[in-house]
Amino acid sequence: MADETQRVYALVRSSEQELLDRWVDVASTALQGRLTRSELERACGDLLAALTPALDVAGLNIRSEAYASARAMLAEMSRDRARRGFSPSETATEVFALKEALFAIADARGDSSETIVAVSRWVDALGLHTFEVFARAREQVITEQAEQLLELTTPVVKLWEGVVAVPLIGTLDSARTQVVMEKLLQTLVDTGSEHAIIDITGVPAVDTEVAQHLLKTVVAARLMGAECTISGIRPQIAQTIVALGIEFGDIPTKATLADALLYALRNSGVEVVRRRRTNAG
Amino acid sequence: MDRVPILSLGDVLLVSIQVDLQDESVVALQEDLAERIVDSGATGVVIDISAVEIVDSFIGRMFATIASLSKVLDAETVVVGMRPAVAITLVELGLSLQGVRTALDLQRGLAALRQRRAEREIPLADESDEAVEAPAAARD
Repeated sequence: MADETQRVYALVRSSEQELLDRWVDVASTALQGRLTRSELERACGDLLAALTPALDVAGLNIRSEAYASARAMLAEMSRDRARRGFSPSETATEVFALKEALFAIADARGDSSETIVAVSRWVDALGLHTFEVFARAREQVITEQAEQLLELTTPVVKLWEGVVAVPLIGTLDSARTQVVMEKLLQTLVDTGSEHAIIDITGVPAVDTEVAQHLLKTVVAARLMGAECTISGIRPQIAQTIVALGIEFGDIPTKATLADALLYALRNSGVEVVRRRRTNAG
Repeated sequence: MDRVPILSLGDVLLVSIQVDLQDESVVALQEDLAERIVDSGATGVVIDISAVEIVDSFIGRMFATIASLSKVLDAETVVVGMRPAVAITLVELGLSLQGVRTALDLQRGLAALRQRRAEREIPLADESDEAVEAPAAARD
């Protein structure tokens, strides 16, 4: 094993500049100009500078402590690539290009096949690590976007003094309900509103689960001392609700947001009257 | 053990919970409150929980217990100032506190009690209406 390490180390150290040049060559061909050559040179140069001492200290085991900085560098690189929208293979190629460069040099030096196998295993491990981080970074990007979307799609609007509304758009799941609930309740506290309207015009389908979520929100608002109305129930939705046997109990439901607003206003003692035209009378 | 203070505000008792409640103090509060309602003849109880950040099912049940206890002693209970997180927790615990009146803050809670009392006085007015009904009928 130590022998193997020695050979790989010797191979890497034999002609570092040439190795770097070849690495950058292969990588830039594969990436087809998505990164500039100088960018690649810097990335690969830094990585090689971190890998060489690690290889000397810890051998081929990239999980060891000595590889920490090299691993961090790889992670940083793949995170950056994930954010810039690189495909997985493009990111992996950047690392695997090192293998090709090493093979070329090994070939020129006439190294044994054991060395080739050791090099291959070493670079594969590096590549796998890169890929793992890449996938994680991508997932993170997706999660962040989902959260942003969640924030975007649940605005709480003030309709009148003491009346707030949440126009819900899109499918309701537990996570979204939680956000809606928290935002609505917080707004009730912040604005001192005693009436809340949940408008579900934009909710494509209501099943028992969604209804359960809505009920929870209404009950929570009631616990805080606010009255909650559900509005925007489309005919099809009404049919589904009845067919599923969902009971909204004593929670007021209205067909349109306008009806719900009127109901809330009346409940808070505001009467809406059409002003008579003075010149007509 | 911290005892929760009960303040008297006209014919309303104000319970302001400012500490994290232990189970013993909850039990003590129920006992104290029952005594105070009887002693003072209060018609309303306001429980201010705006400082309570954490609730469990025991405390959740306390509100319901106090409400029914006050009802037996002919006093209305209003829970005021519940925080969003607390409301969500209670809902998740399945406690919807049926029969407990709530209000956003102390001011609204007191207003609700006043309004309630005004409503409760309507039957009395009805009775007096009956008394004057005879002449009204005679008029017809």
